[in-house]
Amino acid sequence: MMPTILPEIGHFALILALVISIVQGVIPLIGAHQGREDWLVLARPAAQLSFALLTISFGVLTWSFYINDFSVLYVAEHSNALLPTVYRIGAVWGGHEGSLLLWIFLLTGWGFAVAQLSKTLDEFMIARVLSVLGLIATGLLLFVLGTSNPFERLFPAAQDGRSLNPLLQDPGLVFHPPMLYMGYVGFSVAFAFAIASLLSGKLDAAWARWSRPWTITAWIFLTLGIALGSWWAYYELGWGGWWFWDPVENASFMPWLIGTALLHSLVVTEKRGGFKNWSVLLAIIAFSMSLLGTFLVRSGVLTSVHAFATDPRRGIFILILLSVVVGSSLFLYALRAPKSAIGGAFDLMSRETFILLGNVFLVVAAGSVLLGTLYPLLVDSLNLGKISVGPPYFNAVFVPIMIPVLFLLAVGPWANWKTTNLRLLLKRLWGAGVVAIVAAILIPRMMGDFSWLTALGFLLSFWIIASGILQTIRQLKVAKPTRSFIGMQLGHIGIAVFVIGVTMVSSYQEERDVRMGPSDTVMVGGYQVQMIEVVPAQGPNYQATRGVFEVSRHGRVERVLTPEKRNYDSSAMPMTEAAIDAGLTRDIYVSLGEPLENQAWAVRVYYKPFVDWIWGGCLLMALGGLFAVMDKRYRLRSKK
Amino acid sequence: MKAKFIIPLILFAILVAFLIAGLNHDPHEVPSPLINKPAPIFKVSQLGNPSAFFSPEEMKGQVWILNVWASWCVACREEHPVLVEMSKLKMAPLIGLDYKDKRSEAMAMLESRGNPYTLSAFDADGRVGIDYGVYGVPETYIIDKAGIIRFKQIGPITPEVLEKTIDPLIAQLNKD
Amino acid sequence: MRKFILASVFLLASPILLANEATPIADDPVVEQRLIAISEEMRCLVCQNESLAGSRADLAQDLRQEIRGLIRQGKTDDEIRAFMVERYGDFVLYRPPVKPITWLLWIGPFIILLGGILALLLYVRRRGDMTKKILLSDVENERIDDLLREDK
Repeated sequence: MMPTILPEIGHFALILALVISIVQGVIPLIGAHQGREDWLVLARPAAQLSFALLTISFGVLTWSFYINDFSVLYVAEHSNALLPTVYRIGAVWGGHEGSLLLWIFLLTGWGFAVAQLSKTLDEFMIARVLSVLGLIATGLLLFVLGTSNPFERLFPAAQDGRSLNPLLQDPGLVFHPPMLYMGYVGFSVAFAFAIASLLSGKLDAAWARWSRPWTITAWIFLTLGIALGSWWAYYELGWGGWWFWDPVENASFMPWLIGTALLHSLVVTEKRGGFKNWSVLLAIIAFSMSLLGTFLVRSGVLTSVHAFATDPRRGIFILILLSVVVGSSLFLYALRAPKSAIGGAFDLMSRETFILLGNVFLVVAAGSVLLGTLYPLLVDSLNLGKISVGPPYFNAVFVPIMIPVLFLLAVGPWANWKTTNLRLLLKRLWGAGVVAIVAAILIPRMMGDFSWLTALGFLLSFWIIASGILQTIRQLKVAKPTRSFIGMQLGHIGIAVFVIGVTMVSSYQEERDVRMGPSDTVMVGGYQVQMIEVVPAQGPNYQATRGVFEVSRHGRVERVLTPEKRNYDSSAMPMTEAAIDAGLTRDIYVSLGEPLENQAWAVRVYYKPFVDWIWGGCLLMALGGLFAVMDKRYRLRSKK
Repeated sequence: MKAKFIIPLILFAILVAFLIAGLNHDPHEVPSPLINKPAPIFKVSQLGNPSAFFSPEEMKGQVWILNVWASWCVACREEHPVLVEMSKLKMAPLIGLDYKDKRSEAMAMLESRGNPYTLSAFDADGRVGIDYGVYGVPETYIIDKAGIIRFKQIGPITPEVLEKTIDPLIAQLNKD
Repeated sequence: MRKFILASVFLLASPILLANEATPIADDPVVEQRLIAISEEMRCLVCQNESLAGSRADLAQDLRQEIRGLIRQGKTDDEIRAFMVERYGDFVLYRPPVKPITWLLWIGPFIILLGGILALLLYVRRRGDMTKKILLSDVENERIDDLLREDK
């Protein structure tokens, strides 16, 4: 194939985008400060143009992957001709340079959306918001063009590429980064609104009303992105785990926790004008966490399965970017925040207090995750030795901090704004309390094994569900529920469903590590799994050995599972593809280990009760967010 | 400006300071807790002579170097010439610990690339390695006259490390 | 007749006999159970952040075998952890030991939590003093309920 100049066009588009971003970042901001209308109006077209240029650039890179243009170094390093098309597209964001391009592409996308969907917003505000987004884009474009250019060429072009890590050749992995980045990057909008309001000195309820839908939307994507990553780890890595507190996982979880706190804080700011400074601070922190996460993953300071190939130069650059963006925003905050007026009054016993209390727990929880993730770095940098902080720490510290949040979830919505009566609250809640206690005692009994932690899990989840149902019933008696209300209920029940999933799986899962030959059976969770045979198999870019297993219950075969051991052309390490019989109330999970003598294999069989409720709960939460965003209040007024 | 509003900025500055420091550290490196502790005792057969044995006890009274290597290890090949140079300088006896290797392949490597070792102990199953906290080859220990480990090099010895750290240390330990 | 009965018993039983109950990989499930519990909280030193329990790396397998040996010798969990730390340092433990250097890690979040809740209470208290209060009594609340019900 003749080398084309397409990659150069992609590169040039990035350079142009940098110029436009600088204009977008600087001119409207000065214009807003000096009241110059003609400078203000540049904001929207600049944002639109940035997005168009990034679309071209990203499109060119994607096309290069699609047509297997191995004269582009990045393509040669992450793809090859045998790679199925879907994974060729996924490979675009499989490495550092491409994923960073995706980041900026989505950033300009959000900027474009803000430019298009905010026609009713005050021109000064919009100019400032888009400027901030432009400045962020400038920083990232400088980074990409300076240290991580995806369009670097390879001359002479490689005959074939090195191929994508087999672990990443999976549909879950194709969607996980874009979803996650939509969330991460989406928080930049809330951030931009916060900065804009600090700059303008107008910190009021209107700002919250504008921020909220953007924040919720970003939060929805982040929720889905994290859930996808967790689900992918579960079925792909072969050991049935779904969360490891790996630094990169934590890097995505911290913005989520802060984002959740922000969501709720904005409710108060919008409704009651309160918590303005707190909401602004949270918006700054949420996006800071996104940037920090980007730094941690790409700088090599932490050990992680996810970390991209590292280069200290990149680490320094991102750190500078992080310091400038976050440092200047926190400085602005310190200057301007004290000037904002106080909001509506509220009592100690009120919905405001409950939300604020929940916020405190969420922020401390995020802080504990940050502390745990960075502590090894802290200790090492002080030359005090090397320690590890892993799942045992996070489970011991994070879980207790979150328990009160789960408790409050059920209480908050019952409380009135401004002030609420404790006796009334108790009256509303006692029914849910009874249901919760009954569930906590009964379910473990039914499952055959009681432990306090398990009981606690059911106590909290049923507490939330029962309370939510009672709230909904009461609401239905009064008026048609708003979408906001439905969103809240779905979101809260989503968490309860999640907790049920986690509790069930942690307490009642079964694992059998056995030696199986043809016709051998193993019992797990009341199911019989029988190996039928092991046959060779072939894929587009791998050779495999496939085990055929029958899953039966009460003598009836319910499902045939075919786990594989794959040898990809591009990798020496054999890959395990587990086979899962997924169900509403349980997964049966079969994974091939090592081959043994006499046609036998080491096989791992799991019974995982209610494990899909973990991600089902996340889906419900995201759905709740969707309802909240679609509330009538946020409908764009078509007349202007 | 009210004081409490500047707290987030201050906390962030502290964070950045640590991150900067972090950029200069390697998160993968496992420093050895055996420094300044007695070298763990073992007794295994020698590589070249399976009926003869080696134990660190034999080296008491001398400063010596224990180099963990294997024929299957790529980095060991890179390190090999440096070891050969080291052995020529005769600073201290260089004892090899052949880690999880096949005798024939190990001998072949020494044949073709030169044998810098006074002798090599043969750690067939890696249990001596475990006692010494070996997690990757090559690793090298400098042990003093009393049998205390004074230094561990993780990864290949480079001429720079040899000159700046190992030479002076051995000279120092020899004086004591 | 006896031969016939015996033969039919065997014939009928053969499907069950053909299907064998798979044997566990581990020689001793009890030892294995303890091994998994201990090694899950340890780091695989040659991996990019995986536990010693699940890793397929050579060193991980060697270390697991070593730990099996220690378990069979009757060592306690603490002794086994000490064994590993002696050789590889605190780095090998995923559960950071509680010592002065990690006090901040273990206690920090809870102190901040207490601080946060206290700050919250003080803040709300102070805020309340700055503005007037309106309270709905129980009676008023019930009246509202009644009115709403009537409205329906």
